Amino acid sequence: MAEQLQNKAVQTTGHAWDGDLQEFNNPLPSWWLWAFYASVLFALVYWVLFPAWPIGSDYTKGLATATFKNDQGEEVTMGWNSRAAFIQEMQEGGDALKQKAYLQKVSAASYDEISRDPEMTAFAESLAKVVFADNCAACHGIGGTPPIVGLYPNLRDDDWLWGGTFGQIEHTISQGRIGFMPAFGKVLDTGQVDQLAHYVLGLSGHEVDPAKAKLGEVIFQGEEGGCHYCHTQSGKGLYSQGAANLTDAIWTVADVTGQNDLKDKVKLVSQVIDEGIQREMPGWSKRLSEIEIKLLTVYVHSLSGGE
Amino acid sequence: MKLTHESIEINAGLMVALVMLAITIGGLVEIVPLYYIEDTVEKVSGIRPYTPLEQRGRDIYIREGCVTCHSQMIRPFRDEDMRYGHYSLAAESKYDHPFLWGSKRTGPDLARVGGKYSNAWHTQHLNNPRDVVPESIMPAYPWLLKNELGYSDVADRMRALKMVGVPYSETDDEYVANVKQFGEEVANMLDINRAEENLVAQAQSQNYDGNRKRLTEMDALVAYLQVLGTMVDFSQYDEGYFATFR
Repeated sequence: MAEQLQNKAVQTTGHAWDGDLQEFNNPLPSWWLWAFYASVLFALVYWVLFPAWPIGSDYTKGLATATFKNDQGEEVTMGWNSRAAFIQEMQEGGDALKQKAYLQKVSAASYDEISRDPEMTAFAESLAKVVFADNCAACHGIGGTPPIVGLYPNLRDDDWLWGGTFGQIEHTISQGRIGFMPAFGKVLDTGQVDQLAHYVLGLSGHEVDPAKAKLGEVIFQGEEGGCHYCHTQSGKGLYSQGAANLTDAIWTVADVTGQNDLKDKVKLVSQVIDEGIQREMPGWSKRLSEIEIKLLTVYVHSLSGGE
Repeated sequence: MKLTHESIEINAGLMVALVMLAITIGGLVEIVPLYYIEDTVEKVSGIRPYTPLEQRGRDIYIREGCVTCHSQMIRPFRDEDMRYGHYSLAAESKYDHPFLWGSKRTGPDLARVGGKYSNAWHTQHLNNPRDVVPESIMPAYPWLLKNELGYSDVADRMRALKMVGVPYSETDDEYVANVKQFGEEVANMLDINRAEENLVAQAQSQNYDGNRKRLTEMDALVAYLQVLGTMVDFSQYDEGYFATFR
């Protein structure tokens, strides 16, 4: 280095610190310069091809184009922009095309045909699993089993509140459901609620106080409670009202199976009778496409085997 | 003084001034045209300022720092469309001050969370996320159910937003203009003079937190979450329509 300096091969700025610390004035490395010129050239090409310069209340649209089909099925070509390119990708992109054949096949098939065809079933379940995780799992839990009994219905058990056929499930998903039971604490006194709870638990085979159950039956089947209007006289429930079947061992609101003592079971059931139920499932027809709802229906149906 | 490489480099004050000038020009070239290019904000119907209750909910959203983990900006990508729904429009946040677009997604995007879950779910989830989503890492916000909602200053908050261009009405003329633009029902909700009664009425009728006896911060926050991304009815528009605004 010192040799070079002596030979004046490298220019210095003339600055010197601490006696001999000098500042070189080398030209820029040529690789750097070429990269700089290349990026200038890139910018020029970009300006010509893509939206770039504002002019008044408009801007240069560029020569590149994006083509897609509008809602009427007509082909639309417009200057390239990220939104047009997005529509094009949703319609013609590699991933979209890979799915397209399957989606068309499933879309044209009936539920019976889908469930008989292992390939379509597999496709429906793999796609719907993701849609379910994004939209449904927040309440119903990943895999269809909610973490806490009572908040949201379990989709893996054998019981249906609103019906488990393909048509009923599809209706539930697309339109949503309002689950409602009045709070009977307002019309019945604590003793009556207790009697009702004994009767209701008796329906599913629990060994309850027969005297209380007898009195509870009168309330259930009579005008005072009027429970039979929705739960029916046999207690088997009614899909059109979303009324639960009370005669089986599946409990969706009160965690009866989680209790060992009859006293605790009665307490939980009494609480439900006392406070009533207000549950809501939002409708998904605005958020999910028809085909997504169809695939979800197949998936939910498959979780427990459906009806 | 001659402006040479050397004269700039050895004069710190001049260099600072010129660097700022260069950055300013770069910024202005990118930002200013957006104000006068006609296609910046999409022309869509349905978008309105927040009601007093929703606006208080938005304040709580900001206070609790939700934006640090949740974005409100769905980008026009296939994966985002499939997970979150239609990409966000500029028009959808035109009454937001400040924007809550965010840049970090520890949790999911919330731009279209409105109507996705029930009020009861939001209340349970905010109170303790793990009650409904066992694998969630979101903190619990139990105080939202305990804190009474303070709303005595809601009219002032609306006035402040009015100063930056949100069309809340205070005079009769402004009210009439709002009726014309948004319809009577919405215009009534945007009337600053009726802010408190509107806030209480909305919380009473919708009962977001499941307890009619109390007006809590939960009521406000859930009201805000339930309106996010629901104002535009996308079925009214051809997809290509929005592409003409870019």
